[in-house]
Amino acid sequence: MIKRVYIHSRDYDSIVRYGREHLPKESCGLIAGSEDERGRHIKKVYYLTNVDDAEDHFTLDPREQLEAVKDMRKEGLKPLGNWHSHPESPSRPSDEDIGLAYDPNASYLIISFMAESPVLNSFHIEKGEVTKEDLRIYNDDYPDW
Amino acid sequence: MKITVAGESKEYKDGLTLPELIELENVEMPEYVTVSINEEFVESAAKESTVLKDGDNVEFLYFMGGGR
Repeated sequence: MIKRVYIHSRDYDSIVRYGREHLPKESCGLIAGSEDERGRHIKKVYYLTNVDDAEDHFTLDPREQLEAVKDMRKEGLKPLGNWHSHPESPSRPSDEDIGLAYDPNASYLIISFMAESPVLNSFHIEKGEVTKEDLRIYNDDYPDW
Repeated sequence: MKITVAGESKEYKDGLTLPELIELENVEMPEYVTVSINEEFVESAAKESTVLKDGDNVEFLYFMGGGR
């Protein structure tokens, strides 16, 4: 069954802003929140250093990753996955993204800046198989039903 | 002895090795997991020989990276 992933427009806007500020480099981070029968609810987005500092690669800083995990635990949030940007390619996992997706429990969010308007998608990647998740952006006027 | 794994305190036998803990905790794809003990990262080459001690705080972190 395709998983639903809910993100507030405030967090979406924040990822867009952060990603644009770091262009032409790739940017990255983690997502955390909760999970219920309706799907995954992103409650907090973490912005981590891309230690590759590159336009076409990213690696999360493991020290910052550890700090983020501790913060999630303190806030009672569940690790839900990660996000990264594609400055000049579409919002879909590249072969390298697929090959390096080692966490079968993670949602992998990819935001593309190749067009004028950003595009954000979420994917489940397991054993090389990619499934697009049902990403829903909501706000206070359009709640996450 | 008591070891904290991913924030949860658990009881294990004395002399538990890191590979044994990884197996007991059902860590998936452990070759791609970075381990920290008491906030110090364990070098890949040292994973096999690491023996845990009472009071250790262990975290498992998946490598997260990719490319265009």
